[in-house]
Amino acid sequence: MHETTTLLVEVGALLLLLGLLGRLSRRFGVSPIPLYLLAGLAFGHGGLLRLNASEEFFAVGAEIGVILLLVMLGLEYSADELVGNLRSAAPAGLIDAVLNALPGFAFALLLGWGWVAAVVLAGVTWVSSSGVIAKVLGDLGRVGNRETPVILSVLVIEDLAMALYLPLVTALLAGVGLVKGGIALAVAVLTVVAVLAVAIRYGHLISAALSAKDPEALLLGVLGLTLLVAGAAAKLQVSAAVGAFLVGIALSGPVAHHATELLSPLRDLFAAVFFVFFGLVTDPLDMPPVLLPALVLAVVTMGTKLLTGWLAARRAGIAEPGRWRAGFALTPRGEFSIVIAGLAVAAAYPVEPKLAALATAYVLITVVTGPMLARLPDTPWFKRWLRRRSAARPPVPVRVGE
Amino acid sequence: MRVRVEQTALPGIGVRHDLVTESGRRLGVVSHRNGRRDLVLYDPDDPDSCQHDIPLTDDEAEALADILGASLMLGQLAGLREQAAGLLTEQIAIPAGSKYVNKRLGDTKARTRTSASIVAVLRDGEVIVSPDPTFRFAAGDVVVVVGTRQGLDGVTAILAETPDG
Repeated sequence: MHETTTLLVEVGALLLLLGLLGRLSRRFGVSPIPLYLLAGLAFGHGGLLRLNASEEFFAVGAEIGVILLLVMLGLEYSADELVGNLRSAAPAGLIDAVLNALPGFAFALLLGWGWVAAVVLAGVTWVSSSGVIAKVLGDLGRVGNRETPVILSVLVIEDLAMALYLPLVTALLAGVGLVKGGIALAVAVLTVVAVLAVAIRYGHLISAALSAKDPEALLLGVLGLTLLVAGAAAKLQVSAAVGAFLVGIALSGPVAHHATELLSPLRDLFAAVFFVFFGLVTDPLDMPPVLLPALVLAVVTMGTKLLTGWLAARRAGIAEPGRWRAGFALTPRGEFSIVIAGLAVAAAYPVEPKLAALATAYVLITVVTGPMLARLPDTPWFKRWLRRRSAARPPVPVRVGE
Repeated sequence: MRVRVEQTALPGIGVRHDLVTESGRRLGVVSHRNGRRDLVLYDPDDPDSCQHDIPLTDDEAEALADILGASLMLGQLAGLREQAAGLLTEQIAIPAGSKYVNKRLGDTKARTRTSASIVAVLRDGEVIVSPDPTFRFAAGDVVVVVGTRQGLDGVTAILAETPDG
């Protein structure tokens, strides 16, 4: 009884604090993710105040948070969109993967952290934060811009690539070695292709089975289905997150639309719990030594993201200013990088303990500076610089059309 | 359609339609999947970026579509006028003190008395095409009348009648 009371007090106090932090972040127009991480750091291992009773609750909540983040991501896209996008934007996705995953991979090897940690860090630096970027595009009134489809398709490909990457990392972190990791990857590829094929052909049947009319039944049905599939996927070593993502993709039409509305508040709650939990299990004393490496990594990989966006936009026939906008908009990393690092933290395989601290510092840096950099192309002096740049060169005809 | 409308999918958001006008400006509509829609006007100096992004509610979008549709219809009516010599089109506002406010169109007996026809009514930015005799007028309605000069003047006079006169 006493345990439960303490749990209520701890969880309540922390959620109240998160609510205040969320309001504060909205006041300054920044993402609340860094504040949630800092809150977790303050109350976790080696932090200011230790939360004992509620740690288990937060651990379970964080698990559910990852699953909800992924199912909502899947709900945003339909299977047709994913496949259609894959055809048109595959080269951009490939540039993105090479330019952004390799620096993380090489960096971990340079630090002598072993190649499993290198694969994890590659994922951390690779994936941009679709949540943060969507918000930045909305805030800056760029949803209608002609470079926006380029940004979105890079994000879509990253998300789809995660469906293959996460099972691979899960297998590697289980300590199974390269061969079994390869088998896990093959299983994942087959599963993803099968789910996409079923979703395109029979998605309406799955959606019809869950009626959109009764909100309560729909909430319980979708949440139940998602947790069930995620659990089954975890049992098969394919990563719970990917299972949830695929459930989101398989649902479509009005069911997906209503489910998005119903699950959003739950996602907000459990995603916040997830970020706090990640902060809780990271020792703040690990942070100072990794600050400088994290800064170097952030500068390098924000540069490569800038190049990715610039090249992808040029491929789509976007003019110079739009290329810079696309590049800067892609720089923030966020929830996904933490999800990937979270897998490493929770794994049985002994990964370099400083990885969590590095990922935290890295995400803190990019998620705060990224949205600021995204505003850069709109500033008068940047426009002047672009004009001088284009005046200094003979004009190049721009290919129009996508 | 003589105008080329480009359709672009925005994964996770919805769809964007845009076109370039004869005067060289690019404008578009972003239809979000949640029903929201934005009217976007592109920057003439940087045709990839939108200078203005105007969110429209359902009612606003409907009103705007109606206004654009109505001006198109009036333009077509004007064309008709040129074809049929001697036939005129005019928009006549119903004065607030008119005795036909809240009365039915049939009560005016406009066609019998003037041989001019009321072909449409503009109300709150909406167009009511071919109103039937039971249609009730409201203050502020604008009627679109087709007829001879004499007939149009007759309708103007009828609609200006006050309850006591």
